[in-house]
Amino acid sequence: MTTLKSHKFGFSPLRRAVLSLALTGSLALAGWSTPSMAQVKELSVALSTPVTTVDPHFHNLTPNNAMAAHVFETLVKADASLKTYPGLAESWKAISDTEWEFKLRKNVKWHNGEPFTAEDVAATIKRIPNVPNSPASFAVFVRAIKEVKIVDPHTIRFTTATTYPLLPTDMVSVAIVPKAIAEGAKTEDFNSGKAMIGTGPFRFQEYVSGDRIILTRNKDYYGDQQSWDKVTFRIITSAPARVAALLSGDVQMIEGVPTADAAKLKKDNRVVVSNAVSNRMIYLHMDSDREKNSPFVTTPDGKPLEANPLRDARVRRALSKMIDRNAIVSRVMEGQAIAAGQLLDESFFGTSKKLKPDAYDPAGAKKLLAEAGYPNGFGLTLHSPNNRYINDGQTAQAVAQFLSRNGIPTKVDTMPSNIFFTRASKMEFSFILAGWGASSGDTSSPLRALLATHNPKAGLGAANRGRFSSPELDALIAKAVVIIDDKQRDAALALASEKAIELMGLIPLHYEVSTWATRKGIQYTGRADQYTLAQDAKLAK
Amino acid sequence: MTAFILRRLAQSVLVLFVTSILVFGGLYLVGDPIEILVHPEADQIEKDRARVALGLDKPVVEQYVTFLKGAVTGNLGKSFVYARPALDVIFERMPATMELAVLAMLISVLLGIPLGLYAGLRPNSFISRGIMTGSIVGFSLPTFWVGLLLILLFAVTLGWLPSTGRGPTQDIFGLQLSIFSLEGLKYALLPALNLALLKLALIIRLTRAQTREQSLLDYIKFARAKGLKTSRVIGVHLLKNILIPLVTVIGLELGSVIAYAIVTETIFAWPGMGKLVIDSIFQLDRPIVVAYLLVVVCMYIIINLVVDILYSLLDPRVRISEQHG
Repeated sequence: MTTLKSHKFGFSPLRRAVLSLALTGSLALAGWSTPSMAQVKELSVALSTPVTTVDPHFHNLTPNNAMAAHVFETLVKADASLKTYPGLAESWKAISDTEWEFKLRKNVKWHNGEPFTAEDVAATIKRIPNVPNSPASFAVFVRAIKEVKIVDPHTIRFTTATTYPLLPTDMVSVAIVPKAIAEGAKTEDFNSGKAMIGTGPFRFQEYVSGDRIILTRNKDYYGDQQSWDKVTFRIITSAPARVAALLSGDVQMIEGVPTADAAKLKKDNRVVVSNAVSNRMIYLHMDSDREKNSPFVTTPDGKPLEANPLRDARVRRALSKMIDRNAIVSRVMEGQAIAAGQLLDESFFGTSKKLKPDAYDPAGAKKLLAEAGYPNGFGLTLHSPNNRYINDGQTAQAVAQFLSRNGIPTKVDTMPSNIFFTRASKMEFSFILAGWGASSGDTSSPLRALLATHNPKAGLGAANRGRFSSPELDALIAKAVVIIDDKQRDAALALASEKAIELMGLIPLHYEVSTWATRKGIQYTGRADQYTLAQDAKLAK
Repeated sequence: MTAFILRRLAQSVLVLFVTSILVFGGLYLVGDPIEILVHPEADQIEKDRARVALGLDKPVVEQYVTFLKGAVTGNLGKSFVYARPALDVIFERMPATMELAVLAMLISVLLGIPLGLYAGLRPNSFISRGIMTGSIVGFSLPTFWVGLLLILLFAVTLGWLPSTGRGPTQDIFGLQLSIFSLEGLKYALLPALNLALLKLALIIRLTRAQTREQSLLDYIKFARAKGLKTSRVIGVHLLKNILIPLVTVIGLELGSVIAYAIVTETIFAWPGMGKLVIDSIFQLDRPIVVAYLLVVVCMYIIINLVVDILYSLLDPRVRISEQHG
């Protein structure tokens, strides 16, 4: 095997000694832990970010949502690549432009044995906007619903104010809880376990804030049984410590494998590494609004520049052509990313098959700059968070180097995300690196939030920190998002994506690839939304 | 004595007040919690709702006054993230940090004083030099690196101890503690060792220096001349005198181990206060950060007070009096 060879010749004698020690140690450990695994199938998973609560309606946060998906279920579910499929609802259809009807699954039981009915759904919809003190509520997902009508115990109808094709997609984020709990339980009751009654494949056992969550098998689950009798999630925020916990056998699965370790773990025959392209695009946003005196745009030698070259689409395209995305993907991201040419990877809804990443083309960039009237370039400062995305600070450095090499002297200023986003939203920067995860897995999310003209009242351009604005694109987006037919909406969104990239409203850099690692013998299928789900971890046969 | 304690307490209130203003203002300047807390895909309506729900729509001075009013009654506000009183969240995590800190200090005192004594009494022996070199290593290696190395050696390579996390807890006097069972101790050993290393080095060096200084003084010579046993000279006369500066340092170090075990807690995934406060700073969960720092200040005040009282017990020459208080 080539992998073993590289161990033999690639490492110093000391490293080799440590490695062989590590191997024997783990073998002894594996031998010791196997018998117990045969009786009770237990899984320990190390999570990278704390679960702040187990109330499924309190804090809309990836680790919380992933945890909720074990115990609670939604009417509509999303598969690994975020395509929708029936959950607690067997089927759904639009019965008019403003009415959706959901047929609910029969014979579903709550963990306390009570039957699941449309009453529970109605009560859940009512609770969601009214969770006290919620720092990030789920209200956005039910806001379109103006009226709920229970037709019979297993049929429910939602009326929306306007045509709203995304309702089934929104339902993916609405965890259904029993009526009594929706009406009476507080967030504390969920955290204590009292209100943790769902329909999902796992029952809740214990939640220790900042430390662990323990789940057990729901034997009465109506669907396929998952592999585990007991699952313990542990919070290990430090990446090297997570890897160590996996290698020592303390946990059998970890999420967020650091890029630097992924290559090494792939060669380790005790471990299996699995990948999934995520719904998150890393991009550059440019101040394409201010006509003059954009704060961080200067002449090439650093003097103030009155005009704002970033308003010119040719300049923005030139910047894009100066960046060698493949080099960033292979060096900075160590292969844990895919070069981006649009808002989401091609496998997602609403993307265009025509859009490919801009090739590295310094000559072409130079020509565009000259055409736009900047043959000698100009100076920029790129601002970026340094603890939010995978290797974000390093990516910003690499981008700045490519730009500087090609005639746009670029400085870099990175900062923790809690400072970065406050300042970026106040439009204090001219040129930023950020990321966008489309939780619904379709391009309407980045189109509406990042590229539509900033309009707080209409809920558009909420994260448009470049204030990019194109009436033409706005019209395309507005038209696309109200099409009920999936195929037609897909095509319309693709068209809008093409327009957005043609105008270079933002420069896509790459899509993050999420990485998990499991002990050998466990198979994991990664998800695009970066959720870590125990039901997707299977004992290999 | 009573007057001394009362005056100390009055000073403490002032310190607490100033700290609260600094932290409150500082965090306000750092960033807008809403930007971090709301889902990135949230629109303006949702952002405004969250701002109102968390009371962040009001001017900062009003927010501070509200906080101060609550603080007087012992209510330091509700955490933005956990929606629970900040003090509850902190006190829930405190036992984990406390037991780790106590274990670490025990290790460093129980090892540090004997080793330091030995090195001070026989400064030229081979073993003493070994101890002193070792203490330099303890001083100079960064905590996070040593922590990772400990995990690599004892958990990954040898497989003797669990790599991270806290063991099963037991209810002891209403506190959830893990170090009173063998299983729990196994989990606590590596992080405690990691935390103890720096303190151990410090105590060794301090003990050695004190021992060398004191052992040349007349009262030691006199005790020897009286024909007392060496063990008594060292164990009673010498030890009592070197303990005075040591107690101060140990007290202050205990404070710092409790308050700033952040690195160790993060690496070992130890669910204590340090990890909580780091997470809270990143999430701009202001109530937790403010409450945490106030708790830490209180702790330091208490430790200092205890150290001063211990002082007077160890050294009859030190009197806590009105003039010196």
